[in-house]
Amino acid sequence: MTTPLLQITNLRAGLAGPPPVEILKGISLTIHPGEVHAIMGPNGSGKSTLSKVAAGHPDYTVTGGDVVFMGESLLGMEPDARARKGLFLGFQYPVEIPGVSNAEFLRIAGNARRRERGEEELDPFDFQELLDQHMKNLDMDARFKERGVNEGFSGGEKKRNEILQMAVLDPALAILDETDSGLDVDALKIVSKGINALRRPDNAVLLITHYQRLLDYVQPDFVHILMNGKILKSGDKSLALEVETRGYDWLVA
Amino acid sequence: MENKENETTATETLTETYGASEYKYGFTTPVEMEAFTRGLSEDTIRALSEKKEEPPFLLDFRLKAYRKWLTMKEPEWAHVNYPPIDYQNIAYFVKPKQKPQLAGLDEVDPEILKTFERLGIPLDEQKKLANVAVDAVFDSVSVATTHKKKLLEHGVIFCSISEAVREYPELIEEYLGSVVPIGDNFYAALNSAVFTDGSFVFIPPGTRCPMELSTYFRINTEESGQFERTLIVCSEDSYVSYLEGCTAPKFDTNQLHAAVVELVTLDNAEIKYSTVQNWYSGDPETGKGGIYNFVTKRGLCKGRNSKISWTQVETGSSITWKYPSCVLQGDGSIGEFYSVALVNGHMQADTGTKMIHLGRDTKSRIISKGISADHGSNAYRGLVRIGKNAAGARNFSQCDSMLVGAQSSAHTFPYLEAANDEAVIEHEASTSKISEDQLFYLESRGISREESVSMILNGFCREVFQQLPMEFAVEAQKLLTLKLENSVG
Ligand SMILES: Nc1ncnc2c1ncn2[C@@H]1O[C@H](COP(=O)(O)OP(=O)(O)OP(=O)(O)O)[C@@H](O)[C@H]1O
Ligand SMILES: [Mg+2]
Repeated sequence: MTTPLLQITNLRAGLAGPPPVEILKGISLTIHPGEVHAIMGPNGSGKSTLSKVAAGHPDYTVTGGDVVFMGESLLGMEPDARARKGLFLGFQYPVEIPGVSNAEFLRIAGNARRRERGEEELDPFDFQELLDQHMKNLDMDARFKERGVNEGFSGGEKKRNEILQMAVLDPALAILDETDSGLDVDALKIVSKGINALRRPDNAVLLITHYQRLLDYVQPDFVHILMNGKILKSGDKSLALEVETRGYDWLVA
Repeated sequence: MENKENETTATETLTETYGASEYKYGFTTPVEMEAFTRGLSEDTIRALSEKKEEPPFLLDFRLKAYRKWLTMKEPEWAHVNYPPIDYQNIAYFVKPKQKPQLAGLDEVDPEILKTFERLGIPLDEQKKLANVAVDAVFDSVSVATTHKKKLLEHGVIFCSISEAVREYPELIEEYLGSVVPIGDNFYAALNSAVFTDGSFVFIPPGTRCPMELSTYFRINTEESGQFERTLIVCSEDSYVSYLEGCTAPKFDTNQLHAAVVELVTLDNAEIKYSTVQNWYSGDPETGKGGIYNFVTKRGLCKGRNSKISWTQVETGSSITWKYPSCVLQGDGSIGEFYSVALVNGHMQADTGTKMIHLGRDTKSRIISKGISADHGSNAYRGLVRIGKNAAGARNFSQCDSMLVGAQSSAHTFPYLEAANDEAVIEHEASTSKISEDQLFYLESRGISREESVSMILNGFCREVFQQLPMEFAVEAQKLLTLKLENSVG
């Protein structure tokens, strides 16, 4: 077996409070290079919390367990360092950063990652070329370059912009939190194509979704069901189909 | 021909200028100075005028202003607090000891040339900025102006105001005090009485000034006041872009800077006036020392369809009191005000603008961005006045405040006086904080926390920075970042 890209063991995390609230109640999950995992689960079960804890959001405190990424514990690492190391989080609700040009933001972020990998930074001209190519693949209009980051973007446009960022950053592991929610049928196809195009034997994707449909386009190797802060069941793609028809109740019964 | 290889671009040198978060211009230059004894009286003014060999009309102007000033009271309504200033304890005229008229740069004290070089404003022929003409003012006196000859070939006059008084007295007599009358306000009256130097610009009809013009003010002496006077006249169908920059050494005492700037545009003329102000703002912990920046800036759009645009990035001074204004007299004239005011440490700023619509179809636009950090207090005060003949006048104002940290404050005071009900006036205002989610979003893309904060703040100020000449926009962004480095955890 190869060494895992991500290894979460018995992770407990939540809000420091007061009062303290435990949201993740002992989660274990292992992702190897080349794999696609999917996490499904009811609203409020802790999916976004898991993704944000992995990325280092300051709202959450880890009370137990570990998150090891490419052989190194992420706990105690700043969010920006995690990102430069190759962890990417596609947000369920991307925020707007008014006045900051999307292209400039992408270039600064992309170059921070390149520096970390010992690659040469791209000047604005070379970066434009790269960006134009990625935007073409995602069928994004050029005007999204000069607009503020997510500023006034529609829900679907924001999601597409997340995948554009993923493309620029070329992460080792991408956690995509409900990237499919809010996309129209055509956009879902384009975005899925974009995700698939970025897949390589040395990277991996963790999809968080409510819908089986995305998994038709981006085929998962493993499907996990997260409920009430715990992974209740793991299986292959058929588990997603089962959830689609039966819901979640049968799992707790 | 100038030696291109040795010319330094504005960007390079200005990067130097703003290259550290500690206030790096806090040094003094050891040159022998000639100072009047402190204190103010008609005799001091007569002596000053005589020393400068001024024509009688100017002495008259000064004395009138002084007499007016004696009857005036210091304004107390600004949203700032400071102990009373003792106007008898200020040296009103401080200049480096040198010949009264300099034939060339080689006669300027090399220590002073070095000072400006250290500030990122090299003045000598070899290294001077290629695309910007600079007038360098040291304490009370203009010490050098670059690119003067080249400008004159285009008919553009750019020199110290003292020189203009000697060489072009008729222009000075016509325009000095025509926009800011001597009795306009307490500080303007004081300035009119004792102003020592500053810059003069005259653009002839139909001329687009071939390069950026700029004045760099440096206060060096501890007990001095700087009372400079700037006058810019743009004739019919002409254009100029002018930039002003400022620094001062670190002293425990406060220095007074009471400048007056007057702008005049005739038919179809345009003046773009930008300021990047980074005076020493006092000790960030105790608030001790720093510059009192009490400035009167006003532009008169005298001609039809003329335009005056103020852009200011205010990041220094312990107290700033300043309202660059436009009097829109010519029909169809346009006034603009773009401002970023940053206060941190114990700084106080009370700034804003006045747009006085007199002519028909006049337009004004106000974009004000205030950033308050630490214990800083930031007040925006804006007046929009529509005269009774200003049919079709329009104003748009947008005032946004950003608070960094819990102890800072922001206040907005819009004043509106409309005597013509056909006018259209729009006002928008907002107060916000940098959200943890915005920071996390940027950090999660590999951008450090400090850089994320500066990106968000620069984004907040974008509309204003876009107005600055390119090189200076980049520098203004850096300056903002550096000033805030210690304010954001
Ligand atoms: N910062 C926070 N403050 C308060 N409560 C929080 C916070 N973050 C998460 N929670 C709570 O923790 C629980 C898990 O939230 P989370 O966003 O992880 O759910 P989710 O599985 O992503 O749900 P959805 O499918 O609706 O996106 C919810 O009850 C939520 O209200
Ligand atoms: Mg969620």
